[in-house]
Amino acid sequence: MTLRRYVVKRALLTIPILFGVSVLTFALVKLLPGSAVDYILQFQDATPALRARLAEQYHLDDPVWVQYLLWLRDALTLQFGESLISDRSVSAAVVGRLPETLALGALGLVVALAVGIPAGVVAAVRKGDLADEASRVVALLGIATPNFWLGMLLILVFGVYLNVARVIPPLAPVYAPESLRFLLLPAVTLGTASAALLMRLTRSSMLEQLNEGYVRAARARGLSERTVIVKHVLRNSLSAVVTVIALQIAFLVDGAVVVEQVFSWPGIGRLLVQAIHQRDFPVVQAVVLLIATAVVLANLLADVVYSVLDPRIRY
Amino acid sequence: MALLEVTDLDVRFYTEEGVVRAVDGLSYEIERGERLGVVGESGAGKTVAGLAVLGLIDAPGRIEGGEVRFKGEDLLSASDERLREVRGGEIGMVFQDPEEALDPVYTVGEQVAETIRAQTDLAESAIRERAVETLDRVGVPDPRERYGDYPHQFSGGMQQRVVLATALACDPDLLVADEPTTALDVTIEAGILELLDDLADEYDLAVQFVSHDLGVVAETCDRVVVMYAGRAVERAPVEDLYYDPKHPYTAGLMASVPRLGADRDRLPTLPGSMPDLVDVPPGCRFHPRCPFAEEACTKREPPLVDASETAADARADSHQAACLAYTGDLSGDLDFEVEVRE
Repeated sequence: MTLRRYVVKRALLTIPILFGVSVLTFALVKLLPGSAVDYILQFQDATPALRARLAEQYHLDDPVWVQYLLWLRDALTLQFGESLISDRSVSAAVVGRLPETLALGALGLVVALAVGIPAGVVAAVRKGDLADEASRVVALLGIATPNFWLGMLLILVFGVYLNVARVIPPLAPVYAPESLRFLLLPAVTLGTASAALLMRLTRSSMLEQLNEGYVRAARARGLSERTVIVKHVLRNSLSAVVTVIALQIAFLVDGAVVVEQVFSWPGIGRLLVQAIHQRDFPVVQAVVLLIATAVVLANLLADVVYSVLDPRIRY
Repeated sequence: MALLEVTDLDVRFYTEEGVVRAVDGLSYEIERGERLGVVGESGAGKTVAGLAVLGLIDAPGRIEGGEVRFKGEDLLSASDERLREVRGGEIGMVFQDPEEALDPVYTVGEQVAETIRAQTDLAESAIRERAVETLDRVGVPDPRERYGDYPHQFSGGMQQRVVLATALACDPDLLVADEPTTALDVTIEAGILELLDDLADEYDLAVQFVSHDLGVVAETCDRVVVMYAGRAVERAPVEDLYYDPKHPYTAGLMASVPRLGADRDRLPTLPGSMPDLVDVPPGCRFHPRCPFAEEACTKREPPLVDASETAADARADSHQAACLAYTGDLSGDLDFEVEVRE
């Protein structure tokens, strides 16, 4: 099967998954106790006439499946209605926060990859050495440390004691140098656990590959140790690592919700937390749907990269 | 000076069970263009001996002593850089399982090309051209088209041809072939052996042919070293060895080769199995399995000595065996008979 056919087939498979995601996202809000009108009104008193008008506006008297289809139609055209709190359109609110979260997530991923993979390679090549043992301890700490605590610790050390980092996010656009500088600590906070996990995974995957016959064969052909490790062993190890990287993207989104809160970073995660507190369910639905879609697409990407890395994986 | 001279090679593996003396005082030499068979049961140290030539013994193994001289140069004390030039450049290696020896994520062409890239300063296009030529030489059909195929798209026999191409791409003088046909079907095996034969003739290639298959060695090699428990027990030109084996182990090995039309009901086997290399028996390592063993065999380790019967044969390397029968320490005779059926 050619790569293109494989990608198309794999992409088509995401449609039923996304359908399931949309059902769950919709049902999530329907499961809230009490009347939806109360949530829309933020539990303020209202005349029966107003309540009836709201119920009609939000199609609350229609059967649930009709409500779902109407919501789905709007969601497919990215119309999530208006926020119950700010009177802004939900799409505008979400899109307005998107660059912040993308920047944070991307930097977190960069930290995870730039630290995790090289450290894993070194630990595998120097198996049993001090470097390997030290990285094992650091990785264990990295995985075990809760990100909100790590974030606060970093603020305390670098922002307060050493006073080398900003504690309050600058009011500049995300791509401005001062914003990127500010993002360093949140990115480290976000990427640490993933880096630790990727490091351990790269290490074990490399160790497994180092026992393969092609490694000895490559050495017997006179290739330099660097070529053997990077070109052959690492490349073969990455097939396993890439899958986990995609899962880490979901983990990063998850982490962003907490880290944005700790660093007061105005991204999607903070928007979600605020919306939940304020029972702003159109916003909650939109953000949850967005995050879920991102995770599904990340997995699709992982499968595609996987099949590019390993030519045997094209079913 | 022989092309390859191995003297008193000693390779040990430091395992949790103890020190495994995989190769223990092994000596042999290979002349230019000569094909030397190294035979023995599994675990006799044949493969380790082959890897040691290229310095490819991995931890927990170590070469603890001896010399490996290639064209007079001591490879055991050579720098890593020099060793890399030798590997793939002057000595090629073919492995038992071609599927394992090829990296699954690179095309076969690339794997041949990277050997050339490591050894020469050719331009990328010239490297590619040479890789295609080499694939053609080893009998891969449509080499230009198949250059971009991955190993899993090849059959086992074709994969072994590709591995041969990676080994021969830089015209080495010596090929270490470690059971190159063991993983292949018998019909495919014949083709690979024929190819090996042709290539060795055509390019004046010396071959260290490691095998447990006496029949294959008889067809392929000029001279044979028989290994048992890490040591050479017999060395002889191939015809001498087959028609007139001197060591009881060799005779036993040959008795267990199944023959077409043999009028026996059962396959004769050597009793017992090879000793644990962590704890080898004292004296001759073969004595627990040897039907001719005497008291002396449990005490003295027999050296590899001349075992020829006639003075005319007694040239230095003509026929040697490591058995006390040839040092005059045995009271009885080795009364096995070799029956040659034409």
